[in-house]
Amino acid sequence: MGMFSSFMASTWVVASIVAVVAGVVGFFVVLRGAAFVADAVPQGAFTGAAAASLLGVSTLLGVAVAALVGALGIGWLGRRGRRDVATALALVVMLGLGALFLSFSSEYAPEIYSLLFGEVLGVSVTQIAPVAILGGLCVLATLALFRPLLLSSLMPELAEARGVRAGRMELVFLIVLALATSMTLPVTGALLIFSLMIGPPAAARSLTSRPLPAMLLSVLTALVVVWLSIAAAYQTNWPVGFFVGALGAVCYAVGRSWSAVRRRRPVPAGPVATALETGALAANVRL
Amino acid sequence: MSHLLQLIVEPGFFGSAPVRSALIAGGIVAVVSGIVGSFAVLRGQSYAGHALADISVAGGSASFLVGVSPLWGFAGVGVLAAGVMDMIGVQRPRGRDLATGIVRGAGLGLGALFLYWDTTHTSTTGATITILFGSMFTIPSSLIPVIALFSALALGLVLVLYRPLLLSSTAADLAAARGIRVRLVGVLCLVAIALTVSLSAMTIGAILSTALLIGPAATGLRLTSRPGLAMVWAALIGLAATWLGVLLAYDSFYWPPGRHGWPVSFFVVTLIFVFYLLSPRPVRRVPG
Repeated sequence: MGMFSSFMASTWVVASIVAVVAGVVGFFVVLRGAAFVADAVPQGAFTGAAAASLLGVSTLLGVAVAALVGALGIGWLGRRGRRDVATALALVVMLGLGALFLSFSSEYAPEIYSLLFGEVLGVSVTQIAPVAILGGLCVLATLALFRPLLLSSLMPELAEARGVRAGRMELVFLIVLALATSMTLPVTGALLIFSLMIGPPAAARSLTSRPLPAMLLSVLTALVVVWLSIAAAYQTNWPVGFFVGALGAVCYAVGRSWSAVRRRRPVPAGPVATALETGALAANVRL
Repeated sequence: MSHLLQLIVEPGFFGSAPVRSALIAGGIVAVVSGIVGSFAVLRGQSYAGHALADISVAGGSASFLVGVSPLWGFAGVGVLAAGVMDMIGVQRPRGRDLATGIVRGAGLGLGALFLYWDTTHTSTTGATITILFGSMFTIPSSLIPVIALFSALALGLVLVLYRPLLLSSTAADLAAARGIRVRLVGVLCLVAIALTVSLSAMTIGAILSTALLIGPAATGLRLTSRPGLAMVWAALIGLAATWLGVLLAYDSFYWPPGRHGWPVSFFVVTLIFVFYLLSPRPVRRVPG
Protein backbone atom coordinates (compact mmCIF):
# COMPACT_ATOMS: atom_id res chain seq x y z
CA MET A 1 0.00 0.00 0.00
CA GLY A 2 1.62 3.22 -1.13
CA MET A 3 1.52 6.61 0.45
CA PHE A 4 -0.93 7.78 -2.23
CA SER A 5 -3.46 5.01 -1.64
CA SER A 6 -7.06 5.80 -0.73
CA PHE A 7 -6.21 5.14 2.93
CA MET A 8 -3.90 8.12 2.84
CA ALA A 9 -6.08 10.35 0.65
CA SER A 10 -7.86 12.16 3.49
CA THR A 11 -4.54 12.68 5.26
CA TRP A 12 -3.17 14.55 2.27
CA VAL A 13 -6.32 16.65 1.92
CA VAL A 14 -6.56 17.58 5.61
CA ALA A 15 -2.85 18.30 5.93
CA SER A 16 -2.99 20.57 2.89
CA ILE A 17 -5.89 22.56 4.34
CA VAL A 18 -3.99 22.87 7.61
CA ALA A 19 -0.93 24.12 5.75
CA VAL A 20 -2.91 26.79 3.90
CA VAL A 21 -4.49 28.06 7.11
CA ALA A 22 -1.16 27.97 8.93
CA GLY A 23 0.47 29.91 6.11
CA VAL A 24 -2.19 32.64 6.19
CA VAL A 25 -2.56 32.94 9.98
CA GLY A 26 1.18 32.43 10.53
CA PHE A 27 1.92 35.46 8.40
CA PHE A 28 0.25 37.61 11.06
CA VAL A 29 1.81 35.63 13.89
CA VAL A 30 5.25 36.50 12.53
CA LEU A 31 4.26 40.07 11.72
CA ARG A 32 2.98 40.67 15.25
CA GLY A 33 5.88 38.82 16.86
CA ALA A 34 3.25 36.68 18.58
CA ALA A 35 5.16 33.40 18.60
CA PHE A 36 4.46 32.79 22.28
CA VAL A 37 0.71 33.22 21.88
CA ALA A 38 0.70 30.98 18.80
CA ASP A 39 2.55 28.43 20.88
CA ALA A 40 0.33 28.73 23.93
CA VAL A 41 -3.15 28.61 22.37
CA PRO A 42 -2.75 25.21 20.63
CA GLN A 43 -0.77 23.68 23.48
CA GLY A 44 -3.27 24.87 26.08
CA ALA A 45 -6.27 23.83 24.01
CA PHE A 46 -5.32 20.20 24.34
CA THR A 47 -7.04 20.47 27.72
CA GLY A 48 -10.29 20.75 25.77
CA ALA A 49 -9.69 17.40 24.14
CA ALA A 50 -9.06 15.82 27.54
CA ALA A 51 -12.23 17.39 28.94
CA ALA A 52 -14.26 16.30 25.91
CA SER A 53 -13.21 12.70 26.26
CA LEU A 54 -14.16 12.87 29.94
CA LEU A 55 -17.61 14.33 29.24
CA GLY A 56 -18.20 12.22 26.16
CA VAL A 57 -18.72 15.16 23.80
CA SER A 58 -16.95 15.68 20.48
CA THR A 59 -13.27 16.49 20.64
CA LEU A 60 -13.74 19.34 18.20
CA LEU A 61 -16.23 21.07 20.51
CA GLY A 62 -13.96 20.62 23.52
CA VAL A 63 -10.92 21.96 21.72
CA ALA A 64 -12.84 24.90 20.25
CA VAL A 65 -14.13 25.97 23.66
CA ALA A 66 -10.72 25.52 25.28
CA ALA A 67 -8.93 27.41 22.51
CA LEU A 68 -11.37 30.29 22.79
CA VAL A 69 -11.17 30.37 26.59
CA GLY A 70 -7.37 30.23 26.42
CA ALA A 71 -7.12 32.98 23.80
CA LEU A 72 -9.56 35.28 25.61
CA GLY A 73 -7.81 34.49 28.90
CA ILE A 74 -4.51 35.64 27.43
CA GLY A 75 -6.21 38.83 26.25
CA TRP A 76 -7.80 39.44 29.65
CA LEU A 77 -4.69 38.71 31.72
CA GLY A 78 -2.58 40.70 29.28
CA ARG A 79 -4.52 43.82 30.19
CA ARG A 80 -3.71 43.33 33.87
CA GLY A 81 0.05 42.81 33.57
CA ARG A 82 3.00 41.88 31.41
CA ARG A 83 1.96 40.19 28.21
CA ASP A 84 4.46 37.35 28.19
CA VAL A 85 3.69 36.59 31.82
CA ALA A 86 -0.03 36.59 31.01
CA THR A 87 0.51 34.15 28.15
CA ALA A 88 2.66 31.86 30.29
CA LEU A 89 0.14 31.82 33.13
CA ALA A 90 -2.89 31.24 30.92
CA LEU A 91 -1.04 28.38 29.25
CA VAL A 92 0.00 26.62 32.44
CA VAL A 93 -3.44 26.94 34.01
CA MET A 94 -4.92 25.26 30.95
CA LEU A 95 -2.27 22.55 31.04
CA GLY A 96 -2.79 22.04 34.76
CA LEU A 97 -6.49 21.49 34.16
CA GLY A 98 -5.55 19.17 31.32
CA ALA A 99 -3.44 17.09 33.71
CA LEU A 100 -6.44 16.87 36.03
CA PHE A 101 -8.90 15.81 33.31
CA LEU A 102 -6.44 13.23 32.02
CA SER A 103 -6.08 11.69 35.44
CA PHE A 104 -9.88 11.34 35.64
CA SER A 105 -10.38 9.78 32.25
CA SER A 106 -9.36 6.35 31.17
CA GLU A 107 -7.67 7.65 28.05
CA TYR A 108 -3.97 7.72 28.44
CA ALA A 109 -0.55 8.07 26.91
CA PRO A 110 -1.26 7.44 23.20
CA GLU A 111 -4.05 10.03 23.03
CA ILE A 112 -2.03 12.71 24.81
CA TYR A 113 0.88 11.91 22.61
CA SER A 114 -1.05 12.30 19.38
CA LEU A 115 -2.77 15.49 20.59
CA LEU A 116 0.53 17.13 21.38
CA PHE A 117 2.80 15.77 18.70
CA GLY A 118 0.52 14.79 15.87
CA GLU A 119 -0.63 11.50 14.43
CA VAL A 120 -1.51 12.57 10.96
CA LEU A 121 -1.46 9.18 9.26
CA GLY A 122 -4.81 7.98 10.53
CA VAL A 123 -7.13 10.77 9.40
CA SER A 124 -10.59 9.54 8.46
CA VAL A 125 -12.80 10.86 5.64
CA THR A 126 -15.38 12.20 8.11
CA GLN A 127 -12.78 14.61 9.50
CA ILE A 128 -12.36 16.44 6.21
CA ALA A 129 -15.63 18.41 6.32
CA PRO A 130 -15.20 20.10 9.74
CA VAL A 131 -11.57 20.91 9.00
CA ALA A 132 -12.47 22.39 5.62
CA ILE A 133 -15.33 24.50 7.02
CA LEU A 134 -13.39 25.84 10.00
CA GLY A 135 -10.30 26.37 7.88
CA GLY A 136 -12.28 28.27 5.27
CA LEU A 137 -13.82 30.43 7.99
CA CYS A 138 -10.37 31.16 9.35
CA VAL A 139 -8.91 32.19 6.00
CA LEU A 140 -12.01 34.26 5.13
CA ALA A 141 -11.90 36.11 8.44
CA THR A 142 -8.21 36.85 8.00
CA LEU A 143 -8.63 38.06 4.43
CA ALA A 144 -11.70 40.15 5.25
CA LEU A 145 -9.75 41.94 7.97
CA PHE A 146 -6.48 41.84 6.07
CA ARG A 147 -5.84 45.58 5.82
CA PRO A 148 -6.85 46.75 9.29
CA LEU A 149 -5.05 43.75 10.78
CA LEU A 150 -1.94 44.52 8.75
CA LEU A 151 -2.03 48.17 9.66
CA SER A 152 -2.52 47.61 13.38
CA SER A 153 0.21 44.94 13.40
CA LEU A 154 2.76 47.23 11.78
CA MET A 155 1.79 50.76 12.77
CA PRO A 156 -0.53 50.71 15.78
CA GLU A 157 -0.52 54.51 16.15
CA LEU A 158 -1.49 55.16 12.55
CA ALA A 159 -4.12 52.46 12.82
CA GLU A 160 -5.59 54.10 15.93
CA ALA A 161 -5.66 57.43 14.12
CA ARG A 162 -7.69 55.80 11.37
CA GLY A 163 -10.11 54.32 13.83
CA VAL A 164 -8.69 50.79 13.94
CA ARG A 165 -8.66 49.94 17.63
CA ALA A 166 -5.54 47.95 18.56
CA GLY A 167 -7.39 46.13 21.33
CA ARG A 168 -10.13 45.00 18.97
CA MET A 169 -7.63 43.81 16.36
CA GLU A 170 -5.77 41.90 19.05
CA LEU A 171 -9.04 40.21 19.96
CA VAL A 172 -9.75 39.36 16.32
CA PHE A 173 -6.26 37.92 15.98
CA LEU A 174 -6.68 35.79 19.10
CA ILE A 175 -10.04 34.47 17.90
CA VAL A 176 -8.63 33.56 14.48
CA LEU A 177 -5.80 31.78 16.26
CA ALA A 178 -8.29 29.88 18.41
CA LEU A 179 -10.26 28.92 15.30
CA ALA A 180 -7.14 27.67 13.52
CA THR A 181 -6.25 25.70 16.61
CA SER A 182 -9.59 24.03 16.97
CA MET A 183 -9.63 22.88 13.37
CA THR A 184 -6.16 21.37 13.50
CA LEU A 185 -5.57 20.11 17.00
CA PRO A 186 -7.90 17.08 16.93
CA VAL A 187 -6.47 16.01 13.60
CA THR A 188 -2.80 16.84 13.55
CA GLY A 189 -1.72 17.84 17.06
CA ALA A 190 -0.50 21.05 18.65
CA LEU A 191 3.14 20.87 17.63
CA LEU A 192 2.40 20.58 13.92
CA ILE A 193 0.25 23.70 13.66
CA PHE A 194 2.67 25.75 15.74
CA SER A 195 5.73 24.79 13.70
CA LEU A 196 3.83 25.51 10.48
CA MET A 197 2.72 28.91 11.75
CA ILE A 198 6.28 29.98 12.53
CA GLY A 199 8.86 28.51 10.15
CA PRO A 200 7.35 29.02 6.67
CA PRO A 201 5.99 32.55 7.31
CA ALA A 202 9.32 33.62 8.82
CA ALA A 203 11.15 32.34 5.75
CA ALA A 204 8.65 34.05 3.44
CA ARG A 205 9.08 37.35 5.28
CA SER A 206 12.85 37.21 4.79
CA LEU A 207 12.44 36.62 1.07
CA THR A 208 9.99 39.43 0.35
CA SER A 209 8.72 42.33 2.38
CA ARG A 210 5.56 42.94 0.35
CA PRO A 211 2.57 41.66 2.35
CA LEU A 212 0.56 39.72 -0.22
CA PRO A 213 3.46 37.93 -1.97
CA ALA A 214 4.90 37.13 1.46
CA MET A 215 1.62 35.56 2.52
CA LEU A 216 1.35 33.53 -0.69
CA LEU A 217 4.94 32.38 -0.36
CA SER A 218 4.28 31.44 3.25
CA VAL A 219 1.30 29.29 2.19
CA LEU A 220 3.35 27.58 -0.53
CA THR A 221 6.25 26.90 1.82
CA ALA A 222 3.89 25.51 4.45
CA LEU A 223 2.38 23.19 1.84
CA VAL A 224 5.79 21.90 0.76
CA VAL A 225 6.86 21.41 4.39
CA VAL A 226 3.74 19.50 5.29
CA TRP A 227 3.85 17.30 2.18
CA LEU A 228 7.52 16.43 2.70
CA SER A 229 6.83 15.73 6.37
CA ILE A 230 3.96 13.37 5.65
CA ALA A 231 5.97 11.50 3.04
CA ALA A 232 8.89 11.19 5.45
CA ALA A 233 6.62 10.17 8.34
CA TYR A 234 4.99 7.57 6.12
CA GLN A 235 8.31 6.09 5.09
CA THR A 236 9.96 6.04 8.50
CA ASN A 237 6.88 5.69 10.72
CA TRP A 238 8.38 8.43 12.91
CA PRO A 239 6.10 11.15 14.33
CA VAL A 240 5.17 13.81 11.81
CA GLY A 241 5.77 16.55 14.43
CA PHE A 242 9.46 15.79 14.30
CA PHE A 243 9.72 16.40 10.56
CA VAL A 244 7.58 19.55 10.62
CA GLY A 245 9.64 20.97 13.48
CA ALA A 246 12.93 20.20 11.75
CA LEU A 247 11.80 21.46 8.33
CA GLY A 248 10.36 24.60 9.93
CA ALA A 249 13.77 25.30 11.43
CA VAL A 250 15.39 24.68 8.02
CA CYS A 251 12.99 27.21 6.43
CA TYR A 252 13.88 29.76 9.08
CA ALA A 253 17.61 29.13 8.62
CA VAL A 254 17.31 29.56 4.84
CA GLY A 255 15.39 32.80 5.33
CA ARG A 256 17.95 34.14 7.79
CA SER A 257 20.88 33.27 5.51
CA TRP A 258 19.07 34.86 2.58
CA SER A 259 18.61 38.16 4.38
CA ALA A 260 22.21 37.95 5.62
CA VAL A 261 23.41 37.60 2.02
CA ARG A 262 21.20 40.51 0.97
CA ARG A 263 22.87 42.90 3.41
CA ARG A 264 23.14 45.60 0.77
CA ARG A 265 19.80 46.93 1.92
CA PRO A 266 19.99 49.16 4.98
CA VAL A 267 17.26 47.28 6.83
CA PRO A 268 17.22 43.63 5.72
CA ALA A 269 13.55 42.79 5.39
CA GLY A 270 12.76 43.68 8.97
CA PRO A 271 9.37 44.99 10.06
CA VAL A 272 10.54 48.53 9.37
CA ALA A 273 11.07 47.88 5.66
CA THR A 274 7.53 46.57 5.41
CA ALA A 275 6.24 49.32 7.62
CA LEU A 276 7.50 51.94 5.18
CA GLU A 277 5.84 50.11 2.36
CA THR A 278 2.61 49.69 4.27
CA GLY A 279 2.75 53.37 5.05
CA ALA A 280 2.46 53.95 1.34
CA LEU A 281 -0.26 51.33 1.20
CA ALA A 282 -2.10 52.83 4.13
CA ALA A 283 -2.05 56.24 2.51
CA ASN A 284 -4.58 55.13 -0.06
CA VAL A 285 -6.52 52.61 1.99
CA ARG A 286 -9.94 53.70 3.15
CA LEU A 287 -10.70 51.87 6.34
CA MET B 1 -6.12 -1.17 51.42
CA SER B 2 -7.14 -0.20 54.93
CA HIS B 3 -3.47 0.29 55.65
CA LEU B 4 -3.32 2.79 52.82
CA LEU B 5 -6.43 4.56 54.07
CA GLN B 6 -4.96 4.92 57.52
CA LEU B 7 -1.95 6.59 55.97
CA ILE B 8 -4.21 9.40 54.77
CA VAL B 9 -4.85 10.59 58.31
CA GLU B 10 -2.68 13.44 59.44
CA PRO B 11 0.34 11.63 60.99
CA GLY B 12 0.73 9.46 57.88
CA PHE B 13 1.41 12.50 55.76
CA PHE B 14 4.76 13.25 57.30
CA GLY B 15 5.59 9.61 57.91
CA SER B 16 5.38 8.59 54.26
CA ALA B 17 8.72 8.46 52.49
CA PRO B 18 7.45 9.59 49.06
CA VAL B 19 5.79 12.60 50.67
CA ARG B 20 8.99 13.51 52.48
CA SER B 21 10.97 13.30 49.25
CA ALA B 22 8.32 15.36 47.48
CA LEU B 23 8.37 18.03 50.17
CA ILE B 24 12.17 18.28 50.20
CA ALA B 25 12.74 18.13 46.44
CA GLY B 26 9.69 20.23 45.63
CA GLY B 27 10.66 22.81 48.23
CA ILE B 28 14.21 23.21 46.93
CA VAL B 29 13.00 23.47 43.36
CA ALA B 30 10.33 26.04 44.28
CA VAL B 31 12.82 28.33 46.01
CA VAL B 32 15.29 28.19 43.12
CA SER B 33 12.50 28.72 40.57
CA GLY B 34 11.23 31.78 42.41
CA ILE B 35 14.63 33.47 42.47
CA VAL B 36 15.84 32.53 38.99
CA GLY B 37 12.35 33.11 37.61
CA SER B 38 12.41 36.72 38.84
CA PHE B 39 15.22 37.38 36.38
CA ALA B 40 13.29 35.63 33.62
CA VAL B 41 10.30 37.93 34.26
CA LEU B 42 12.45 41.07 34.62
CA ARG B 43 14.20 40.28 31.34
CA GLY B 44 10.92 39.49 29.58
CA GLN B 45 12.10 35.94 28.96
CA SER B 46 8.98 34.05 29.96
CA TYR B 47 8.83 32.54 26.51
CA ALA B 48 12.47 31.50 26.62
CA GLY B 49 11.79 29.76 29.93
CA HIS B 50 8.74 28.00 28.54
CA ALA B 51 10.59 26.99 25.38
CA LEU B 52 13.55 25.63 27.36
CA ALA B 53 11.15 23.54 29.40
CA ASP B 54 9.45 22.19 26.28
CA ILE B 55 12.78 21.43 24.63
CA SER B 56 14.02 19.60 27.70
CA VAL B 57 11.32 17.02 26.90
CA ALA B 58 13.77 15.77 24.27
CA GLY B 59 16.38 15.22 26.97
CA GLY B 60 13.99 13.60 29.40
CA SER B 61 12.72 11.17 26.79
CA ALA B 62 16.24 10.41 25.57
CA SER B 63 17.28 9.44 29.10
CA PHE B 64 14.51 6.82 29.16
CA LEU B 65 16.14 5.32 26.05
CA VAL B 66 19.55 5.25 27.73
CA GLY B 67 18.19 4.23 31.10
CA VAL B 68 19.33 7.08 33.34
CA SER B 69 17.23 9.46 35.44
CA PRO B 70 15.36 11.98 33.27
CA LEU B 71 16.91 14.80 35.31
CA TRP B 72 20.24 14.36 33.49
CA GLY B 73 18.53 14.56 30.13
CA PHE B 74 16.36 17.54 31.10
CA ALA B 75 19.37 19.48 32.31
CA GLY B 76 21.77 18.45 29.53
CA VAL B 77 19.43 19.29 26.67
CA GLY B 78 18.19 22.43 28.45
CA VAL B 79 21.70 23.87 28.79
CA LEU B 80 22.48 22.90 25.19
CA ALA B 81 19.31 24.62 23.98
CA ALA B 82 20.20 27.73 25.97
CA GLY B 83 23.46 27.88 24.00
CA VAL B 84 21.67 27.43 20.66
CA MET B 85 19.15 30.14 21.55
CA ASP B 86 21.93 32.57 22.34
CA MET B 87 23.69 31.69 19.07
CA ILE B 88 20.69 32.45 16.88
CA GLY B 89 20.09 35.68 18.69
CA VAL B 90 17.50 35.62 21.45
CA GLN B 91 19.37 38.47 23.14
CA ARG B 92 18.06 40.96 20.58
CA PRO B 93 14.57 42.23 21.34
CA ARG B 94 13.37 42.18 17.73
CA GLY B 95 12.52 38.77 16.34
CA ARG B 96 13.46 37.20 19.65
CA ASP B 97 10.22 35.33 20.18
CA LEU B 98 10.36 34.04 16.63
CA ALA B 99 13.86 32.60 17.09
CA THR B 100 12.78 31.10 20.40
CA GLY B 101 9.76 29.54 18.74
CA ILE B 102 11.85 27.96 16.00
CA VAL B 103 14.21 26.33 18.48
CA ARG B 104 11.23 25.23 20.55
CA GLY B 105 9.45 23.68 17.55
CA ALA B 106 12.51 21.76 16.44
CA GLY B 107 13.40 20.73 19.99
CA LEU B 108 9.93 19.50 20.84
CA GLY B 109 9.85 17.66 17.51
CA LEU B 110 12.96 15.82 18.61
CA GLY B 111 11.23 15.12 21.92
CA ALA B 112 8.29 13.65 20.01
CA LEU B 113 10.67 11.34 18.17
CA PHE B 114 12.39 10.16 21.34
CA LEU B 115 9.06 9.62 23.11
CA TYR B 116 7.95 7.56 20.14
CA TRP B 117 11.09 5.45 20.46
CA ASP B 118 10.51 5.19 24.21
CA THR B 119 7.15 3.58 23.61
CA THR B 120 8.21 1.39 20.68
CA HIS B 121 11.79 0.33 21.49
CA THR B 122 11.60 0.08 25.26
CA SER B 123 8.73 -0.97 27.45
CA THR B 124 8.46 2.25 29.45
CA THR B 125 4.77 2.96 28.90
CA GLY B 126 4.57 5.73 31.49
CA ALA B 127 7.39 7.80 29.96
CA THR B 128 5.09 10.30 28.25
CA ILE B 129 3.09 11.07 31.38
CA THR B 130 6.13 11.15 33.66
CA ILE B 131 8.01 13.55 31.43
CA LEU B 132 5.15 15.87 30.55
CA PHE B 133 3.35 16.00 33.89
CA GLY B 134 6.08 15.28 36.41
CA SER B 135 6.74 12.68 39.03
CA MET B 136 6.76 14.51 42.36
CA PHE B 137 5.77 11.46 44.41
CA THR B 138 8.14 9.04 42.69
CA ILE B 139 11.36 11.00 43.06
CA PRO B 140 13.84 8.53 44.56
CA SER B 141 15.47 9.92 47.69
CA SER B 142 18.84 9.07 46.13
CA LEU B 143 18.19 11.78 43.55
CA ILE B 144 17.77 14.55 46.13
CA PRO B 145 21.53 15.27 46.39
CA VAL B 146 21.66 15.71 42.59
CA ILE B 147 18.66 18.03 42.73
CA ALA B 148 20.35 20.00 45.48
CA LEU B 149 23.56 20.20 43.46
CA PHE B 150 21.81 21.48 40.33
CA SER B 151 19.83 23.93 42.45
CA ALA B 152 23.01 25.24 44.02
CA LEU B 153 24.51 25.65 40.54
CA ALA B 154 21.56 27.63 39.20
CA LEU B 155 21.24 29.71 42.34
CA GLY B 156 25.00 30.28 42.49
CA LEU B 157 25.03 31.54 38.91
CA VAL B 158 22.39 34.22 39.48
CA LEU B 159 23.66 35.23 42.91
CA VAL B 160 27.28 35.63 41.77
CA LEU B 161 26.04 37.64 38.79
CA TYR B 162 23.36 39.41 40.86
CA ARG B 163 24.37 43.05 40.31
CA PRO B 164 25.52 42.90 36.66
CA LEU B 165 22.54 40.68 35.82
CA LEU B 166 20.07 43.04 37.45
CA LEU B 167 21.57 46.07 35.76
CA SER B 168 21.73 44.46 32.32
CA SER B 169 18.17 43.21 32.76
CA THR B 170 16.73 46.61 33.59
CA ALA B 171 19.07 48.98 31.72
CA ALA B 172 21.14 47.12 29.14
CA ASP B 173 22.72 50.28 27.67
CA LEU B 174 23.85 51.52 31.02
CA ALA B 175 25.27 48.09 31.86
CA ALA B 176 27.23 47.99 28.60
CA ALA B 177 28.54 51.50 29.25
CA ARG B 178 29.81 50.35 32.63
CA GLY B 179 31.81 47.58 30.98
CA ILE B 180 29.49 44.70 31.82
CA ARG B 181 29.58 41.99 29.19
CA VAL B 182 25.85 41.99 28.66
CA ARG B 183 25.75 39.07 26.25
CA LEU B 184 27.86 36.79 28.46
CA VAL B 185 25.72 37.65 31.46
CA GLY B 186 22.64 36.97 29.33
CA VAL B 187 23.70 33.52 28.23
CA LEU B 188 24.69 32.56 31.79
CA CYS B 189 21.25 33.66 32.96
CA LEU B 190 19.69 31.52 30.24
CA VAL B 191 21.77 28.55 31.47
CA ALA B 192 20.50 29.16 35.01
CA ILE B 193 16.93 29.24 33.68
CA ALA B 194 17.54 25.99 31.77
CA LEU B 195 18.84 24.27 34.92
CA THR B 196 15.89 25.58 36.90
CA VAL B 197 13.21 24.38 34.50
CA SER B 198 14.92 20.99 34.25
CA LEU B 199 14.55 20.71 38.02
CA SER B 200 10.90 21.67 38.02
CA ALA B 201 10.34 19.31 35.09
CA MET B 202 11.16 16.57 37.58
CA THR B 203 8.60 17.74 40.12
CA ILE B 204 5.62 19.21 38.26
CA GLY B 205 6.48 18.13 34.71
CA ALA B 206 8.24 19.60 31.71
CA ILE B 207 5.27 21.36 30.17
CA LEU B 208 4.15 22.79 33.51
CA SER B 209 7.51 23.95 34.85
CA THR B 210 6.84 27.37 33.33
CA ALA B 211 4.30 27.82 36.12
CA LEU B 212 6.89 27.64 38.92
CA LEU B 213 9.36 29.75 36.97
CA ILE B 214 7.04 32.60 36.01
CA GLY B 215 4.03 32.59 38.36
CA PRO B 216 5.60 33.22 41.77
CA ALA B 217 8.19 35.59 40.27
CA ALA B 218 5.54 37.68 38.52
CA THR B 219 3.52 37.79 41.74
CA GLY B 220 6.58 38.81 43.75
CA LEU B 221 7.37 41.63 41.34
CA ARG B 222 3.81 42.90 41.75
CA LEU B 223 4.09 42.98 45.52
CA THR B 224 7.19 45.14 45.70
CA SER B 225 9.33 47.18 43.35
CA ARG B 226 12.55 46.18 45.15
CA PRO B 227 14.00 43.25 43.14
CA GLY B 228 15.72 41.56 46.09
CA LEU B 229 12.57 41.60 48.18
CA ALA B 230 10.50 40.44 45.20
CA MET B 231 12.76 37.39 44.90
CA VAL B 232 12.20 36.50 48.55
CA TRP B 233 8.44 36.80 47.99
CA ALA B 234 8.68 34.67 44.85
CA ALA B 235 10.58 31.94 46.68
CA LEU B 236 8.03 31.96 49.53
CA ILE B 237 5.04 31.88 47.18
CA GLY B 238 6.54 29.02 45.16
CA LEU B 239 7.28 27.13 48.37
CA ALA B 240 3.76 27.66 49.71
CA ALA B 241 2.15 26.56 46.43
CA THR B 242 4.32 23.44 46.23
CA TRP B 243 3.85 22.31 49.82
CA LEU B 244 0.12 23.06 49.86
CA GLY B 245 -0.14 21.28 46.51
CA VAL B 246 1.54 18.17 47.88
CA LEU B 247 -0.76 18.22 50.90
CA LEU B 248 -3.91 18.65 48.78
CA ALA B 249 -2.82 15.95 46.35
CA TYR B 250 -2.28 13.65 49.30
CA ASP B 251 -5.73 14.44 50.71
CA SER B 252 -7.44 14.19 47.33
CA PHE B 253 -7.23 10.43 47.49
CA TYR B 254 -10.69 10.48 49.07
CA TRP B 255 -12.14 12.92 46.56
CA PRO B 256 -14.24 11.87 43.54
CA PRO B 257 -13.89 10.06 41.22
CA GLY B 258 -11.81 7.92 43.59
CA ARG B 259 -9.32 5.13 43.00
CA HIS B 260 -6.39 7.56 42.91
CA GLY B 261 -5.50 11.09 43.99
CA TRP B 262 -5.63 14.19 41.86
CA PRO B 263 -2.37 15.12 40.15
CA VAL B 264 -0.13 17.25 42.35
CA SER B 265 0.87 19.39 39.35
CA PHE B 266 -2.72 20.57 39.00
CA PHE B 267 -2.81 21.83 42.58
CA VAL B 268 0.57 23.55 42.37
CA VAL B 269 -0.30 25.34 39.13
CA THR B 270 -3.76 26.39 40.34
CA LEU B 271 -2.41 27.73 43.64
CA ILE B 272 0.28 29.71 41.82
CA PHE B 273 -2.37 31.22 39.56
CA VAL B 274 -4.64 32.10 42.49
CA PHE B 275 -1.75 33.84 44.25
CA TYR B 276 -1.08 35.82 41.07
CA LEU B 277 -4.71 36.88 40.73
CA LEU B 278 -4.89 37.89 44.39
CA SER B 279 -1.79 40.07 44.16
CA PRO B 280 -2.53 43.76 43.73
CA ARG B 281 -1.82 45.51 40.49
CA PRO B 282 1.41 47.44 40.92
CA VAL B 283 0.81 51.17 41.27
CA ARG B 284 4.28 52.05 40.10
CA ARG B 285 5.64 50.06 37.17
CA VAL B 286 8.32 47.57 38.08
CA PRO B 287 11.58 48.48 36.33
CA GLY B 288 12.09 46.54 33.14
